[in-house]
Amino acid sequence: MSNDAKLVRMANQIATFFHSQPAAEGPQGVATHINKFWEPRMRRQLFDIVDHRSGEGLDPMVLAAAPLIKRPAPSGSTDHPPAA
Amino acid sequence: MSLIHEIDYGTPASKSEKMVTLTIDGREVTVPEGTSIMRASMDAGIEIPKLCATDMMDAFGSCRLCLVEIQGRAGMPASCTTPVAPGLVVSTQTPRLKDVRRGVMELYISDHPLDCLTCAANGDCELQDMAGAVGLRDVRYGYEGENHVRARNDGAINIKWQPKDESNPYFTFDSSKCIVCSRCVRACEEVQGTFALTIEGRGFDSRVSAGMHEDFVSSECVSCGACVQACPTATLTEKSVIEIGQPEHSAVTTCAYCGVGCSFKAEMRGEELVRMVPWKDGQANRGHSCVKGRFAYGYSTHRDRILNPMIREKISDPWREVSWEEAFAHVASEFRRIQYQYGRDSIGGITSSRCTNEETYLVQKIVRAGFGNNNVDTCARVCHSPTGYGLGQTFGTSAGTQNFDSVEETDVVIVIGANPTDGHPVFASRLKKRLRQGAKLIVIDPRRIDLVKGPHVEASYHLPLRPGTNVAVVTALAHVIVSEGLFDETFIRERCDWSEFEDWASFVSEERHSPEAVEGLTGVPAELIRGAARLFATGGNGSIYYGLGVTEHSQGSTTVMAIANLAMATGNIGRPGVGVNPLRGQNNVQGSCDMGSFPHELPGYRHISDDATRETFEKLWGVSLSNEPGLRIPNMLDAAVEGSFKGIYIQGEDILQSDPDTKHVSAGLAAMECVVVQDLFLNETANYAHVFLPGSTFLEKDGTFTNAERRINRVRRVMTPRNGLADWEVTQKLAQAMGLAWNYRHPSEIMDEIAATTPSFALVSYDYLEKMGSVQWPCNEKHPQGSPIMHVDGFVRGKGKFIRTEYVATDEKTGPRFPLLLTTGRILSQYNVGAQTRRTDNVVWHEEDRLEIHPHDAENRGIRDGDWVRLASRSGETTLHALITDRVSPGVVYTTFHHPDTQANVITTDFSDWATNCPEYKVTAVQVSPSNGPSDWQVEYDEQARRSRRIAGKLEAAE
Ligand code: SF4
Ligand code: SF4
Ligand code: SF4
Ligand code: FES
Repeated sequence: MSNDAKLVRMANQIATFFHSQPAAEGPQGVATHINKFWEPRMRRQLFDIVDHRSGEGLDPMVLAAAPLIKRPAPSGSTDHPPAA
Repeated sequence: MSLIHEIDYGTPASKSEKMVTLTIDGREVTVPEGTSIMRASMDAGIEIPKLCATDMMDAFGSCRLCLVEIQGRAGMPASCTTPVAPGLVVSTQTPRLKDVRRGVMELYISDHPLDCLTCAANGDCELQDMAGAVGLRDVRYGYEGENHVRARNDGAINIKWQPKDESNPYFTFDSSKCIVCSRCVRACEEVQGTFALTIEGRGFDSRVSAGMHEDFVSSECVSCGACVQACPTATLTEKSVIEIGQPEHSAVTTCAYCGVGCSFKAEMRGEELVRMVPWKDGQANRGHSCVKGRFAYGYSTHRDRILNPMIREKISDPWREVSWEEAFAHVASEFRRIQYQYGRDSIGGITSSRCTNEETYLVQKIVRAGFGNNNVDTCARVCHSPTGYGLGQTFGTSAGTQNFDSVEETDVVIVIGANPTDGHPVFASRLKKRLRQGAKLIVIDPRRIDLVKGPHVEASYHLPLRPGTNVAVVTALAHVIVSEGLFDETFIRERCDWSEFEDWASFVSEERHSPEAVEGLTGVPAELIRGAARLFATGGNGSIYYGLGVTEHSQGSTTVMAIANLAMATGNIGRPGVGVNPLRGQNNVQGSCDMGSFPHELPGYRHISDDATRETFEKLWGVSLSNEPGLRIPNMLDAAVEGSFKGIYIQGEDILQSDPDTKHVSAGLAAMECVVVQDLFLNETANYAHVFLPGSTFLEKDGTFTNAERRINRVRRVMTPRNGLADWEVTQKLAQAMGLAWNYRHPSEIMDEIAATTPSFALVSYDYLEKMGSVQWPCNEKHPQGSPIMHVDGFVRGKGKFIRTEYVATDEKTGPRFPLLLTTGRILSQYNVGAQTRRTDNVVWHEEDRLEIHPHDAENRGIRDGDWVRLASRSGETTLHALITDRVSPGVVYTTFHHPDTQANVITTDFSDWATNCPEYKVTAVQVSPSNGPSDWQVEYDEQARRSRRIAGKLEAAE
């Protein structure tokens, strides 16, 4: 399975959980979860799908959550090891 | 250092709070009511001679050596079976008693060999001691008559004599030395709960027998060692003692196998380990053990252990041994090169649940402070990460709520997705003891595990659910409890958010969650669910114990929440005998989570985005920390395949064997440029490594492990690391090579840093542990004695949170091509990936992984017991031998994953828990068919593994 497909599945799994929760929690719940546990690369990849592939395959709740998900810094911003 | 001698009080302690005062040999003694006179005397420092009594078991009263005289009472009662009473006046030594005791001893000795000088128990024999204590000076009866001692009587065969039984790999049974005190039989019954031994025959003819006249290894015996420890003579003796001799010093340490965390005395002669003896003051095990901790330590000196660092350019090259300096310099320059080339986030690390808290802390520290990112994870990812998430959400803390002692006060136990007799044997023994006293048991498991029906233990309910339907079953239990009004309203109103409860209650009350509605889905008859729910809600103290069968699912986190809901709804939180108890797999899986091994949190479960927490560490470490969560293990592998993750430092984990979807793991590893493996052996992951750093065993280092009950136990070094460095020293030197100014002189200094930065550990120090023995976190100003039970006066998060738990079918579905469901587990004698236990004599109990299949499914496929079968899933296929059994339901097959040749994880898929990415090990759709032998993949893998283990200048390393 491609990385993209996997990522979409993971995001949708989270949305599936929040679909069963009280409505008020929905998108915020998804966004909080992703902000807490997804590394920037994964969020970047997610935004790539949202921004450039019109959210192909993503659960509508993930799309609704997107504006609440923290946009990661562009790749390359921490390209060097820390000064020791 | 000297040998630790534990006092044997002769009979167990009484739990009564009422005190009784009596006089023994002119001394006034006050003890709890129900105490035996023997124990009361010992309390006062008076040791009454005894042979058949020992404080691990109830008194039996058979040897008649412990007699006393009591003023105003006739005769000479046995002090072990006579309880104290107010005002008794007891004499333990009178001319009459002396005579009787000598007579008793004389009879014993007249049927006992007199080869004390060459006996293995010499110096550690209670018979010898008692002969001395009673002043036995001569024995008037010889061996002329009947005896059990000599093979021949005057040339004729002595039918009463039996040869030694040496079948068990770890201990011998020499019947000629047996005094038939039955301590072994009672230990097996009362302490272990296996009932493998009996006394057969009567009077002079009676003798101890394993099973039905079997030898030990063919009997029911599980080799826990309780009988060996209980035996007062050399009859049952460790083979290591026979071989080496008596130990001369010892240190208390902690088993490095499972999450029970048993305390042992490591008994030594010089730097040689003579034996491991469970420690009675160990609060997790209370003097008991299982075969792994007690006997399976031989791996530490196994010839396969790698003792020198090694490096290689390519994984197809043979290994080249190098100095430590060269290895550290090489790793440091490779990691820095990769970071310059691919970015700071292109490397990461994995902490070990087998290593100490201190070592784990250092690995996450090197990642965060040295690599400058948060790409650190631990094998708990693949086992209990949903526990952390689920209990964190509902209760506010990521850990079990009870201590193990709590089981002594429980009335109804739910065991779900766990197989304690194999996975957590000492806990299982303690549970069985409680069940024999009358507590009720509910087992929720696809397989008929041993607890469902065993000697003197039987589950009231076994719900044999289809793998993958935990949420549906637990929610149905809640449905019954709510709809029948069996919930504990007072508790809920007081401790939980009432409106959240109402929301949840209306959710679970929906008809679609009723046992009848889900019956078709779960395969569990509705009546069983109803009965179990009623029993749990109304049977008194209810406790829930669960294992990987709960967490390793795509809905693992949801099931943990469902379990927490159930406990809250029935008011079963916050006191002894109740609670939610994850049975942790590896010895320090709790500790490795506590120590900040997850990519999103710092030690003490504090999220990396929390500025105040980061600041604490930034100040102390003198670096700035990234506030972004790092990659989890499966994400690291995905990123590696995709090309943005290139280097990894893995301490004490074998992800290639233990993680699901082996092909994906190997593809990820193969795509990296610098894989550093630190371990005892060339494990499977090392096949893909460029650098190998030899590790040390728990016997070779100081530190702490934290067990499943949050207990911080000391690990004490009893021998020099054979590889030269303890694991914490290896990480420290690597950090230094990367330019970090670390300078810990002893693990205690690391613990001091943990205590200084982590509120739940604030009072923990080696000095404090020395004083307390062990403590359970949180241990701080608020809880100076530690916390045996959590959420006593309210939940850590404030109000307990009820969360709706909707069942979602896994994407892994059966169909025509893959009609069966595979689920996985472990067995008693082997441990996890088996790297250690396979290198001990434990292999006599489990030479290979086998596929359990129901007779019906086997017959349909023309499979006979023992046949080679091919096991295939959407991910891959492997072969193994079939074991036909009705322990599994039709439609379900089961295997263990202890042997690398089996490659069970070639079969498992990359589906995972929605919240934590914990892989879905426990459900895979498979097909089973007859086969002729190993699959191509197995042959290929074997060949690749063999080649990658070559070391330049050495004969091929044997696996
Ligand atoms: S080793 Fe354990 S299981 Fe085996 S006979 Fe002894 S007490 Fe029973
Ligand atoms: S084997 Fe040991 S413990 Fe068992 S009856 Fe004989 S002497 Fe007693
Ligand atoms: S493996 Fe577990 S139960 Fe067995 S001795 Fe070790 S800690 Fe105790
Ligand atoms: S010790 Fe009391 S009868 Fe044996």
